[in-house]
Amino acid sequence: MLAALPLIPLTAALATLAIPADGPRRLVLIAAAGLHALGTAATFAWPPEPAWGGLLALDALGQLFLSLASLLFLAAAIYAAGYLRHEGSGPKRDFQDGAAFINAPERIFTMCLCLFLCAMTVVCATRNLSVLWVGVEATTLTSAPLIYFHRHRRSLEATWKYLVICSVGIALALLGNILFSVAFFDPSSPLASMDLAAMLPRAPGAAKPWLRAAFIFVLVGYGSKMGLAPMHNWLPDAHSQSPSLVSALLSGALLNCAFLGILRADQVLAGAGMADFGGELLVLFGLVSLATAAVFVVGQGDYKRLLAYSSVEHMGILALGVGIGGGAAFGAMLHAVNHSLTKGALFLLSGNILAVYHTRSCHDARGVARALPVTAALWLAGFLAICGSPPFGIFVSELTILKAMLAGGHAVAATLFLVLLAVIFVGMSVPVLRMVQGPLPPAVKRPGPESPLAVLPPLVLLAAVLVFGLYLPGPLTAFLTKAAQTLAVGG
Amino acid sequence: MELYQSVMVALLCVNLALLAVTRLRTLTRITAVQGALLALVPLLSATPGAAGHMLPLSLAVLAIKGIGFPWLLARTLSRLEVNPVVEPYLGFNLSLLAGVSGLLFSLWLETRLPFPPGLFPPLLFPAALTTIFTGLTLVVARQKALTQVIGYLAAENGIFLLGTPLSGQGSVWLELSVLLDVFVAVFVMGIAIHHISKTFDSIDVGRFCTLRD
Repeated sequence: MLAALPLIPLTAALATLAIPADGPRRLVLIAAAGLHALGTAATFAWPPEPAWGGLLALDALGQLFLSLASLLFLAAAIYAAGYLRHEGSGPKRDFQDGAAFINAPERIFTMCLCLFLCAMTVVCATRNLSVLWVGVEATTLTSAPLIYFHRHRRSLEATWKYLVICSVGIALALLGNILFSVAFFDPSSPLASMDLAAMLPRAPGAAKPWLRAAFIFVLVGYGSKMGLAPMHNWLPDAHSQSPSLVSALLSGALLNCAFLGILRADQVLAGAGMADFGGELLVLFGLVSLATAAVFVVGQGDYKRLLAYSSVEHMGILALGVGIGGGAAFGAMLHAVNHSLTKGALFLLSGNILAVYHTRSCHDARGVARALPVTAALWLAGFLAICGSPPFGIFVSELTILKAMLAGGHAVAATLFLVLLAVIFVGMSVPVLRMVQGPLPPAVKRPGPESPLAVLPPLVLLAAVLVFGLYLPGPLTAFLTKAAQTLAVGG
Repeated sequence: MELYQSVMVALLCVNLALLAVTRLRTLTRITAVQGALLALVPLLSATPGAAGHMLPLSLAVLAIKGIGFPWLLARTLSRLEVNPVVEPYLGFNLSLLAGVSGLLFSLWLETRLPFPPGLFPPLLFPAALTTIFTGLTLVVARQKALTQVIGYLAAENGIFLLGTPLSGQGSVWLELSVLLDVFVAVFVMGIAIHHISKTFDSIDVGRFCTLRD
């Protein structure tokens, strides 16, 4: 079954390329997303055997991130059907500078979406560091055309930055992988592969200085793709310029995949008894990311950039949680779930607002409650959720991380964490509340009733976050605990 | 072994040349030379028994890095009618100085690091590290999108060079997939450069200044 999972989107990609009509192509996209989600759900009922000669193997950690990517992709695919119908294929005028542009052909767009899912599946479903690298590089290449869907100069600028920064970043991660090989070098019994199953038993005997160097390179390399500050520069540009469903996938699924690369390296470190070294670096990068997000969220006038900086913040929280370890690692796993669902929903909603207001400015998009009542209600709920307000799931995960920090004696980090969260809360609440309230700007026509394709996916995602805030099902807790333990004991 | 050392010295010289040339066309040719030299390394460093395994890797490196990339870059260059001069943010003399400093630093680092015995042949580590430095310098110190791609390629070449002593027999095909990935990356970047040239009438990334906070 595991062998088939990347093949579903791959086959769909080939099919979308062959189908000439738009309607059936969108159906294929949704069908592939649905099948992939079903296949992923089936891995919980029937734990799959390793496939492709052992290259694909699913553990709790990979399963967690695979489920998030699959679920979010399904939501994005359903949303895409409405979005692509609305976009059409004719020439358009850029609402910012008035220049003419066209969209990329829909065929290429849907094909790249499917290939993107295929690449993310490979990243999540492998425990081999080399295959993971190939998968992460493939996610960059398949998502770059998605960011450049609107072919105007700003999205081109964002795409180029994304390509160069992420490619150089991932090259550094490759260097990290090579340094791991140096650390494990033993002429009498050569390491056959970069598989965790082969590496972890030998980790205690690996050369410590090389392990440290390798982890630093992997952290900086995948960290640049994950959006950890100060390597996050591409992220606000790419997230703000790409179509909203792509932003949802980048933020909710792709950043997790890059994080998984760091977690795999962290597993090797834990296996070598060096968890403290990795933990300290993760805490440092986590706090720097939170601080950077706080600086840029306050006074941010572009609501898609606001969401992008919020992603930098939450990636920081994930790094912080894993870095502290213990109960905080469980909190980080729960946080990854909540963040992906909430941020996915928020980006999809931002697409609804953008389609009516034709502006990304928080100042100009006023009176959303009057124009788009359902979207406005969800936007407000999503904002409360992403800022960690009760009763949403992020409140629970942030509290879990905070409790573990205090219990572990990290008082300074805990104080910084709280202060920065408070600053970000205030920084986000001002523009979001202003957008929802107020009269409709005269230039904006009140649209007709909102399409179910545009509001149902974010509604379902946010409902899940609300449920996780009120009640955490036992099997989910057990599963997340297992994923967190994978990190602690190195697998 | 003497041939091996000569290849390493040649690679070091190629790095300095990459930093010093002022014409884009020459830069793509030097990239081809670097790729061809790199293709020799797996063959020369293989133990007699493993040469058979290394042959496909060497051929793939020659095809992709020695011929494929330079051809793609040269084709992009001839189609775009861009100003053929490399425009630097950091002057050529300073770039060369940075390159030489990188080399001296790598030589010093080689004496300080605890290398596993018998892993890296002499000169390989400084050659690889200097190549990575050179690539990163080109990415940040040159204005044109094309030179950024060449910088990325040089950095990848350095990383590949560092990895050659470690490539076991079983992992050769994984290295091939890495090569393929990099190849596709350059292909995608090539397409992006075409769009940049069409949209901005230039491939000068200094014009990218719309997106900021």
